Amino acid sequence: MPKNSSTISVKVNGRVHRVNVNPEMPLLYVLADDLGLRGPKFGCGMAQCGACSVILRRQVVRSCVMPVSAVGADEITTLEGLSTQEKPHPLQQAFIDEGAAQCGFCLSGVILTAKAVLDEKPQASEQEIREALGGVLCRCFAHVRMMRAIQKYSEMRKG
Amino acid sequence: MILSRRNFLKTSGALVVSFSAASALKPFAIAQGPFGTHQSHIDPEKLDSWIAVGSEGTVTAFTGKCDFGQGMLTAQTQLVAEELCISLGRVKLVQCDTSVCPDQGTTSGSQSSPTNFNSDNLALAAATARETLLTMAAKQLGVPADQLSVADGIISAPSGRQVKYEDLIGAKRFNITLNSAAKRKTPTQWSVLGKPLRALETSSLMVGQFEFVQNVRVPGMLHGRVVRPPEVGASVISVDESSVRHIPGIVKVVTRKDFVGVVAENQWQAVEASRQLKVTWKRGTGLPPQKTFFDTLRKNPSRDALLVDSKDVEQQLAAANRVVRATYLYPYQMHGSIGTSCAVADVRRNSATLWSSTQSVYPTRSIVAQMLALPLDSVRVIFVRGAGCYGLNGADAVSFDAALLSHAVGRPVRIQLSRQDEMAWENFGSACAIDQRAGIDAKGTIVAWDCENWVASRGGRPGYDKPGNVVTGVLAGYPTDPIKPRAAAEPTGELRNGSNAAPSYVAGCIGGKCGGAGKVRSERVLTHTVESPFFTGPLRSPLRIQNTFAHECFMDELSAAAKADPIAYRLQHLGDQRLIDVLKAAARVAKWESNPSPKPDSVGSGIARGRGVACVAYEGNNGYAALIADVNVDIASGRVQPIKFFVGHDCGPISNPDGLRNQIEGGVLQGMSRALVEEVTWDGRCITSVDWTTYNSLYLGIDVPEFEIELINRTDVPATGAGETAITLVPAAIGNAIFDATGVRLREVPFTPERVKAGLAARLQQSGKGHA
Repeated sequence: MPKNSSTISVKVNGRVHRVNVNPEMPLLYVLADDLGLRGPKFGCGMAQCGACSVILRRQVVRSCVMPVSAVGADEITTLEGLSTQEKPHPLQQAFIDEGAAQCGFCLSGVILTAKAVLDEKPQASEQEIREALGGVLCRCFAHVRMMRAIQKYSEMRKG
Repeated sequence: MILSRRNFLKTSGALVVSFSAASALKPFAIAQGPFGTHQSHIDPEKLDSWIAVGSEGTVTAFTGKCDFGQGMLTAQTQLVAEELCISLGRVKLVQCDTSVCPDQGTTSGSQSSPTNFNSDNLALAAATARETLLTMAAKQLGVPADQLSVADGIISAPSGRQVKYEDLIGAKRFNITLNSAAKRKTPTQWSVLGKPLRALETSSLMVGQFEFVQNVRVPGMLHGRVVRPPEVGASVISVDESSVRHIPGIVKVVTRKDFVGVVAENQWQAVEASRQLKVTWKRGTGLPPQKTFFDTLRKNPSRDALLVDSKDVEQQLAAANRVVRATYLYPYQMHGSIGTSCAVADVRRNSATLWSSTQSVYPTRSIVAQMLALPLDSVRVIFVRGAGCYGLNGADAVSFDAALLSHAVGRPVRIQLSRQDEMAWENFGSACAIDQRAGIDAKGTIVAWDCENWVASRGGRPGYDKPGNVVTGVLAGYPTDPIKPRAAAEPTGELRNGSNAAPSYVAGCIGGKCGGAGKVRSERVLTHTVESPFFTGPLRSPLRIQNTFAHECFMDELSAAAKADPIAYRLQHLGDQRLIDVLKAAARVAKWESNPSPKPDSVGSGIARGRGVACVAYEGNNGYAALIADVNVDIASGRVQPIKFFVGHDCGPISNPDGLRNQIEGGVLQGMSRALVEEVTWDGRCITSVDWTTYNSLYLGIDVPEFEIELINRTDVPATGAGETAITLVPAAIGNAIFDATGVRLREVPFTPERVKAGLAARLQQSGKGHA
């Protein structure tokens, strides 16, 4: 084991994993490299785009800048942790129904940010949803379909 | 990872295994392939190069055109299913793997549909396979082929006797060449093509299970990062390897001329090492000031081309009732992929395998073989989709990075660039300056049009033998393809308007043959290609978006000078029926009311609303579109807010209307971001647009404009490209809408609030109404 690494436990998508890493290493590298998850992705490494987003303590966090040691015992949920391909989360299903992607690299940021804001405030207005997504990038600009999918899910939740 | 790929290849039919030994096949006679490509071991004339029927009836198709999110996976799968009369679920499409796919060059230039969806290549292969299977079935069933019917891979005789594809050919080679007489189904017969279909990978994307190249992991893999020069033109004096020796997991510091990289056991160690490595650099060459860059551009030596010249332009301008002049400026812009470029290379002593999101697997294979001094046949490049690229992003450069690093350590290396390395060194979309002059007669009709543009250019696609056209190649010591200054030759042959350098309104006459889309017969189009201080390369609608911005805004200026309605004025000068039709379609959906721009009360306070139009025959004949933009301008802040877009679109027979709409919506919004906020910046030494705070992009939280799109589905013409047509129009349509709303003509992209406010202030001063 290389020096300045330590054994850290992280709970991700319902399972506890023990990894030997530098505690200052950003969480993203644990998720993508040590655990082989495909949802969170490296986009900028500076919390500017959202591609690395995960949910922690009901908040969206950008795993590219969060040291793994800061996670603690709380559970991390990644895009794949919301569901299975056979039974997607209703928000993911809305994105599937609307075909709301092009390359799809940004989806962790888009879907998890929308989920977090609507979990916190199910009655969130369109404006509030937009504000929450103000720091999320999609360079293919699939905005029309993404906003439609989120709106659809939001209305479904409101009943 | 490797194993699953190998298993896939093994299980997808005996055919494929025979292909992987295909380098033993005799090279075929032609020196150059049908796509301007080099010869390869996969003969595109042979049916087996394209289609394999497995023993269980699954059809595997091999294509050299790949999917980056633009819908090519889905549309090509539809094509194969359609022509072979089988369900979509039974088609497996293998995209761009040099060990099994034909060399179709680069997936670019809106060429995938023209290449594979008309009467050649993949379409012809699938049609040949269907006809061959019918002929085989006719023999077996003792019934003439024209009496047989096919449904989902089962061929039936009128008697009810049936035979399946796999019983006729399963896991065996066809051993025939493509039959150029094989009939493609007509669009009226389509049941799979032409239907709206969500992208096949949609579900796996949404649940985070899709494998991007950034997710590729191979056994024994190390992680690399590069250390790029701190300034443009800087070179390595020395590298202090001891400066990173304390970092755990460090495997090697790799230096090859000015290429510097690090390899470590894990990604974070590589990141740390790349940040801490002490490299002594010789200062760079310095850069021309950005503020006066367009003047610099005009002064430098250039490679010139004359597209069309009627020789009477000066004379006609001198005789015109009025001459209108304007200069348009377009900045460098970035691909700015949301995921930084990534590749994995596994270089062994005698072979190399690359997993890459390059648009050009065969050219990449050729370059990697050259850089590593390996035989061409020993290099395999496997396409794995990356983040949307929109052209030549960092995918090729990072593939070369991966190859150099893996070669140095003899183990597989994955490298994903830092955001800064991606942005500072990618091949930007070219900066352009475009001068327009036109004369109008007493009735307002255009009598002469003169257009001259200056394009900044350096490097570009590496092709098969120019590693130095992207950053890694240059750093490793390869030259960049130079721009050799030369005077323009007289135009010959037919007008080639591949970059839309000629406006749609000129007749484009050379030697009596008029290949333009318009009616103006006194015409001259001269282009100057000038060496750029930065790498440039194709960025979605390369040069087409720059030129069309200038042409379509200038057409609006002429229309205003003639006090004519901008659409009626365009129609008056157009001859191309397909372009006329998309323009009318957009006007119809927008409920266009005929009026000259600007609106009479155009400068005021509060929010000014305007409407602008633009149209294009993309590359002269590769897709037609018109765009109308409704735009609000906040007079106080100068902020421009597009409200609604109306699109008329014609790309011939539509393969997948849903995929097409997705491309149009995304293209127009990407164009809006480019029109309003995107611009590469630099200082005296280096690029300063190095992240998302220094290079602007519209985020997801914007007020998303509405869309109304009319698709014209022409089934009597060949398919054209569709991914770049609509985006081409956005800066012009928005610029024209701003003019309509405010009377302010913005001739430089992006239309920032500062530029809008400066324009408003100037107009107020000019009209004497203001308090300047």
